[in-house]
Amino acid sequence: MSTSRIRWHIVVFLAPAVLVYTAVMIFPLFNTLRLALYSEVDQTRIYVGLQNFRTLFFDPIWSEQFWNALGNNFWFFLIHMLVQNPIGIALAAILSHPRLRFAALYRSAIFIPTILSFVIVGFAWKLILSPIWGIAPSMLDFVGLKSLFAPWLGKEEYALTTLALVSVWQFVGIPMMLIYAALLSIPEEILEAGEIDGITGASAFWKIKLPLILPSIGIISILTFVGNFNAFDLIYAAQGALAGPDFSTDILGTFMYRTFFGFQLQLGDPHMGSAIAGAMFAIILVGVCIYLFGIQTRMRRYQL
Amino acid sequence: MNRARSNPFNVAGMHGALILYTLIALFPVFVILINSFKTRKAIFREPLALPDAESFSMIGYQTVMKQGDFFLYFQNSMIVTVASLFFILLFGAMAAYALSEYRFKGNLLMGLYLALGIMIPIRIGTVAILEMMVATGLVNTLWALILVYTAQGLPLAVFILSEFMRQVSDDLKNAGRIDGLSEYTIFFRLVLPLVRPAMATVAVFNMIPIWNDLWFPLILAPAEETKTLTLGSQVFIGQFVTDWNAVLSALSMAILPVLILYVIFSRQLIRGITSGAVK
Repeated sequence: MSTSRIRWHIVVFLAPAVLVYTAVMIFPLFNTLRLALYSEVDQTRIYVGLQNFRTLFFDPIWSEQFWNALGNNFWFFLIHMLVQNPIGIALAAILSHPRLRFAALYRSAIFIPTILSFVIVGFAWKLILSPIWGIAPSMLDFVGLKSLFAPWLGKEEYALTTLALVSVWQFVGIPMMLIYAALLSIPEEILEAGEIDGITGASAFWKIKLPLILPSIGIISILTFVGNFNAFDLIYAAQGALAGPDFSTDILGTFMYRTFFGFQLQLGDPHMGSAIAGAMFAIILVGVCIYLFGIQTRMRRYQL
Repeated sequence: MNRARSNPFNVAGMHGALILYTLIALFPVFVILINSFKTRKAIFREPLALPDAESFSMIGYQTVMKQGDFFLYFQNSMIVTVASLFFILLFGAMAAYALSEYRFKGNLLMGLYLALGIMIPIRIGTVAILEMMVATGLVNTLWALILVYTAQGLPLAVFILSEFMRQVSDDLKNAGRIDGLSEYTIFFRLVLPLVRPAMATVAVFNMIPIWNDLWFPLILAPAEETKTLTLGSQVFIGQFVTDWNAVLSALSMAILPVLILYVIFSRQLIRGITSGAVK
């Protein structure tokens, strides 16, 4: 076969995927970044350079909202890293124990919240935590801690943390499954070799298994990062587009939605919305680069 | 087995921890389901009690059936999910085959280009996507959603499927070539059936996020005729927020299809994740 002739079947095989992907994903992505450089004056689109970003970062009204959303987003991410991933790893460590009975049953049950939609999860927890219905206070009363109850979703200081924990509840299944898979792939010989040296139980986990699953923990961290910085649905379903009370649960996704689509009396502004999308893109890109070049390449991979 | 690894005290502790967490995971779903079958009074008086002869009521479901067009929403969700999966699998498998089977200039570059979308969320481009859908008249049609979900699902599908296609034996394909089969016949008749398990994994991975998505239905197809089940229940619950029977019933009806799908596909899903398809 001559190499200079176009082999049409390759083109035919590639074309549909490349076309759809380019037209609906890559092109809009760059077009959004381009739109961030424009503004609308008297219904005509004019080029304004970096003006929208200047407004976003330095204008008192905009920047206050932006930094608030960004800070909230980091807190949201931090809670996932500190609560979701350790719980996921712990559950996986228990599940991967050889000869544990009903492991498949536990695994399937714990994964159920992950398959539910944000709308269901948001409203279900809203109802359960509601002081009107009284499930949460009466359960706390049962263990004698009723005084701890507060309308968590309605208080500025607790609402974001509460929603982050609801999200943790929903997604704990994902780190659990991925770590579980990584733990299962550790060969039995290595663990037995450790046993001969007297390393068993908890110390086997810390000294043998944990170093071996570090690459999986890295993948989970970056998945959590990208997922959290592009989150929207749960906050919208539970608190609405205004991310109440008083914007205390506002994250970048809800901020972008409000800006771009408008709400109540404020009109939507696609150009400022694009600027926020540009900021989100930059944050996610930085995160992914830190992972790819800073963490993944330095991590020691063990040949198993 | 070593004694330290099967200590009965440890085993009890492990089961205790797992049971505790399973209860935490299932409790909210359980509370919603049992209360959707109760009268308003019973919902508030004894929220944790199972419905009995006295407290049983279907009033919530009747309201939902009367007020919301859940059958239409369900149908829309079904169409969008099935069509998107079909295109993701067909286009994804074709592209994966081209990348894994043929050596051509730009092969690696094309693979990297398609893989970009694994890490970058498509939502970032929403403003321009909406503009494009408005310009092409696709806004408020199911096609807008199908296109977006197809584009979103393709990168990971190509990535996973090309890993699997590399394992299909060359002898088989070459035998087909000697028999005079065209490259298309080899792909559809010989290769596709062999990677069916990988296709099922890709399908299950994509199914749940598409079915549950709120962002794109809200922005691209919020019209009454094109609402998906997720958006429909969100709007319905927002309107009936004080009618607890209706809200609980709507939630239960939204939970049910996903739960059924999960029961059918959970083996496939868990096998897919644990077989290391996403490493």
